[in-house]
Amino acid sequence: MIFQEDVKHIAKLARLGLNEREERKFQKELSSILDYVSQLQKVDISKVEPVSHITGSKNVTRPDQSRKIEVEKVKKILKEVPETKEGHIKVKAVL
Amino acid sequence: MELHKLTIKETYEGLKKKKFSSLELTRVFLEKIEKEDKKLGAFINLSPEIALNTAKRIDEKIENGEDLSPLAGIPMAVKDNILVEGERCTAGSKILENYTAVYDACVVERLKKAGAVILGKTNMDEFAMGSSGENSGFFPTKNPHNESRVPGGSSSGSAAAVAASFTVYALGSDTGGSIRQPASFCGVVGFKPTYGAVSRFGLIAMASSLDQIGPITKTVDDARTVFNVIKGKDQMDSTSVESKIQNPKSPAPEPLARYGAGKIQNLRIGVPREYFVKGIDSKVENVVKKAIDKARELGAKIEEISLPHTEYAIACYYIIMSSEVSANLARYDGIKFGYSAFSKNAHNLLDVYLKSRQEGFGDEPKRRIMLGTYALSAGYYEAYYLRAQKVRSLIKKDFEESFKKIDLILTPTCPTTAFRLGEKIKDPLSMYLSDVFTVPINLAGLPAVSVSCGKAGGLPVGLQVIGPWFKEERIFDFAKLFEQTLNL
Repeated sequence: MIFQEDVKHIAKLARLGLNEREERKFQKELSSILDYVSQLQKVDISKVEPVSHITGSKNVTRPDQSRKIEVEKVKKILKEVPETKEGHIKVKAVL
Repeated sequence: MELHKLTIKETYEGLKKKKFSSLELTRVFLEKIEKEDKKLGAFINLSPEIALNTAKRIDEKIENGEDLSPLAGIPMAVKDNILVEGERCTAGSKILENYTAVYDACVVERLKKAGAVILGKTNMDEFAMGSSGENSGFFPTKNPHNESRVPGGSSSGSAAAVAASFTVYALGSDTGGSIRQPASFCGVVGFKPTYGAVSRFGLIAMASSLDQIGPITKTVDDARTVFNVIKGKDQMDSTSVESKIQNPKSPAPEPLARYGAGKIQNLRIGVPREYFVKGIDSKVENVVKKAIDKARELGAKIEEISLPHTEYAIACYYIIMSSEVSANLARYDGIKFGYSAFSKNAHNLLDVYLKSRQEGFGDEPKRRIMLGTYALSAGYYEAYYLRAQKVRSLIKKDFEESFKKIDLILTPTCPTTAFRLGEKIKDPLSMYLSDVFTVPINLAGLPAVSVSCGKAGGLPVGLQVIGPWFKEERIFDFAKLFEQTLNL
């Protein structure tokens, strides 16, 4: 069971805007899902290691080198950016 | 000849013998989609230009007598969460409604190299979250067998398109059953490879430790053909692997390969008792039990097995999946790409985040982002996420123990046939539970195929064939024999 206050807190952590109606809706739905998943508390996990990678791969690395990208590709990527200025990504003032 | 009904193999033969051209074939499909897809809603976007150009190029190759890849000149469709350079890629979400892919996914690059004719991008549940296709941010897809029913999801458009003969085959993605469940509901073949067998580079991420790309086809042979083209190590996906995939020509043959078609010997099949419990539709159960009897008649040794942690799979899955979703979907921030509230109603940076995500995401992604954020938040991480990853170990161990004694596992793909549009959309938990037989396979990282094994109440029923890690060839060998027997 979670409360509407919890929903507000989680939404803020998730950077997700919610209106009153959505807060109430998610309070109900998340409570019922959390209630369902609480059955995991019944499992004895005292001697179990958690899964880190399912087929056992470990620390796959590549040389730490920058890769060249063609100017055309950069242009294509920038075309997808909502707001740009002189080839830079624009954000609202941070300070 | 009805060109749209041919399999990959038949199309390949036809092209090689010049019974028809790739251009002719491609036009047949594009026209059919144009005419009939309004009522099914299987496609979000068509790419006639790429399709027709590729078809012409392949026809020239055929004219010149050049060697053909088994997929050359054959029309196919791509789920709309897999990038095709220069084409729109929405993942079924309004937040990516106007996003154009800037590169090809690894699988798309491999298919293009093989000469595949990409007809377009198929509809899906938003960000692959859903089991009915109804969570698409645009419009729901309908089941070609009965339009009042859902096609399953999240690869709803891919499965419906193959079943409706809008394409020879399609790509889907499977995080908790999203290839196998719609394949089951639509009466086609849907294959999810071992985790790591196929590169995820260029697949819009949902839950990265569970996601895999795989084919949806008309026959088992076709699924094998597509898998062989798309599989293998890719530099851009560090979880992809090559080495462990069995070489079909390896000196130690598989249990089935030894005996050729028609009869099975020494194949041990496990049937888990936990998959035949309350909740399963009795008509579906009957059809699947008859299918298992067929496997016995073919010569397989059938044993009852136990996968004791099955009952915890859905709960475990929803914690792990939603946690990964909350991290993966953080990138949709209204700043780098996709929908943005920047120039609309946002006053400061936080506003851009809050409003872009509020207006761009549909209900299901929001729900899962919220659940995942909660499970990973301070004070809850150990109780939820860490515990779920430990339960996941137990689920995997169940399968490891079983595969010491048996070669394959048979189960129903889904507890029911295709349900009605609107039937489960208001109750998220009941929708989640329809994945009860497919989710454990993703948690364990195993390969599995769903093949049609009959009908119940006029709707297709899927049989799920699960194999050990990287034993995809064994799954294909058995499923093919089974398919042949069913067609006799």
